[in-house]
Amino acid sequence: MAPGAGRGGPGRSGRRNATALAFLGPALIVLTVFVAWPMLSALRTSFTDASGFGEAEWVGFDNYVEVFTDPDLLNAVLNTLWYTVLFTPTAVIAALALALVLNSPALPFRGLFRTALFLPFVVSLAVAAYAWTYLIDPQVGLLNHWLGGVGLQLGNVLEDPQLAMPAVALVAVWKNFGFYLVIFLAGLQDIPGTLYEAAKVDGAGPWRRFTNVTLPLLSNTMAFVVVFAMIAALQAFDQIYVMTGGGPYGNTQTIVMEIYESGFRRLELGFASALSYVLLVATLLLSIVQFVFFGRREKDAQ
Amino acid sequence: MIARIRPGTVLGTMAMLAVTAAVLLPLAIIVLTAFKPVSEVNAFPPTLLPQDWTLDNLTRIVDELPFARLVLNSFLFAGGVTVFALVFDSLAAYALARIDFTGRRTLLIAIIATLMIPFQATLVPVYQLVSDLGWVNTFAGLIAPRAADAFGIFFLRQFFLALPRDLDNAARIDGASEFRILRSIVLPNAIPALLTLAIFTFVNNWNDLLWPLIFTTEREMGTITSGLTLLTGPGGIVPYGVMMAGALVAILPLVIAFLLVQRRFIESIATTGLK
Repeated sequence: MAPGAGRGGPGRSGRRNATALAFLGPALIVLTVFVAWPMLSALRTSFTDASGFGEAEWVGFDNYVEVFTDPDLLNAVLNTLWYTVLFTPTAVIAALALALVLNSPALPFRGLFRTALFLPFVVSLAVAAYAWTYLIDPQVGLLNHWLGGVGLQLGNVLEDPQLAMPAVALVAVWKNFGFYLVIFLAGLQDIPGTLYEAAKVDGAGPWRRFTNVTLPLLSNTMAFVVVFAMIAALQAFDQIYVMTGGGPYGNTQTIVMEIYESGFRRLELGFASALSYVLLVATLLLSIVQFVFFGRREKDAQ
Repeated sequence: MIARIRPGTVLGTMAMLAVTAAVLLPLAIIVLTAFKPVSEVNAFPPTLLPQDWTLDNLTRIVDELPFARLVLNSFLFAGGVTVFALVFDSLAAYALARIDFTGRRTLLIAIIATLMIPFQATLVPVYQLVSDLGWVNTFAGLIAPRAADAFGIFFLRQFFLALPRDLDNAARIDGASEFRILRSIVLPNAIPALLTLAIFTFVNNWNDLLWPLIFTTEREMGTITSGLTLLTGPGGIVPYGVMMAGALVAILPLVIAFLLVQRRFIESIATTGLK
């Protein structure tokens, strides 16, 4: 509340409203025209058979029925869930584990490690995907060669129906874990050292200190990171487009890949819009469910 | 000193070194492969370091793609979005943080709600809109839909709220306009936040694949990130050496910029607004 709020005549508050509108105008125009309106327009399109040519016909819930009954599309939804299950825990646990090590004052070169581990986050996922494709190339890939040297014959990973999805998920883990790590690190640094000392006095070992002090006090940060990671997972596209194109046999075809192909290659706009709404609702639900769940855990911890 | 080093620390340090080396491997492969002759790029067994360093890949990529143009497009697209978003977001954030107007709370909630809308979900209608405006293959089409964003507004609002209000109240009593307060008091004190948001916005747009893939259909209007995908030959045969040379040029500006400001950038990402 600004000082003087609520005081002053209608003339003053009118002037304040006009000033606020002038400040908010440009951003509101952009957000209305390019976010809010398209949302409503997509909702309408999702109930039609729009194709970019000719009159679009109203088809009711047909597109949504198709999304959930067409085997290929169900496949895309399930693939996205599978990708999320692969990506989220791996990225979050890797980030947390490394944050715990980096948070130890005894570790030398902490700043240097932090910078190096964060570096993939500023590199394009699409561009890095080419480096990964080369590294795991079945013939000339260095990583494949090294892993073969220790008895791990992976073969043609990106053509393997079982391995392709874990591979593209791991590339995203590589790109994003540094970001989550930095957020965990800030969360860890907010935990007062006296709590650890008190736990030590009570005879708690390192594992108990982690489960009874670190984890409860980190639950806020954890909620943010987990939700953020899951939302990122639902939007998986770049490295999949580059590395597998959705293959082999549609095994890495995700929702956003399907939106791209149906909306911009096959021009089935109604269908693409319905799929967009599936993505949107999933994103919203995740945010809400996770915040409620983690909010409750945080309260229990206090 | 040496007596104080514990075995756990040595083990931890070695583990961190191994993890860091693994994390940096793909970046190392980009740099090293970019300077390898074709024979070594496709040699078996593969090696990490080039035997003969060459610039062949870098010269070849200039032949394969309108490379300078793509890099310029990336700068104009990412830079344009960054400049507009910073100006529009600061104006909106200032109103939300400092001006007590009717419906402020509702508007803030609405803006936070749009934060949850993934851009992929509105791609089809936004493309139709941009196409109706005749903006496909133009910088207007690439930049305008991103000229303001909910995240930036929210991020800057949080930062502005944390700034002490003594100075702007004093200026207000002296009769300074709100715009003047924003420009000469709030913004100069918010440089760390503005810098963080600028890098964040620039990096995200420079690296984005889907956006330029959709809003540009002409090769000459693509970005370096979307342009590289044109190198993938039919049947998925990738000329790795040329590709890594292109990748090197695509990541180098960002890596250098990041290394210059990394400490401040990482710290402000971790501590401002994002928690």
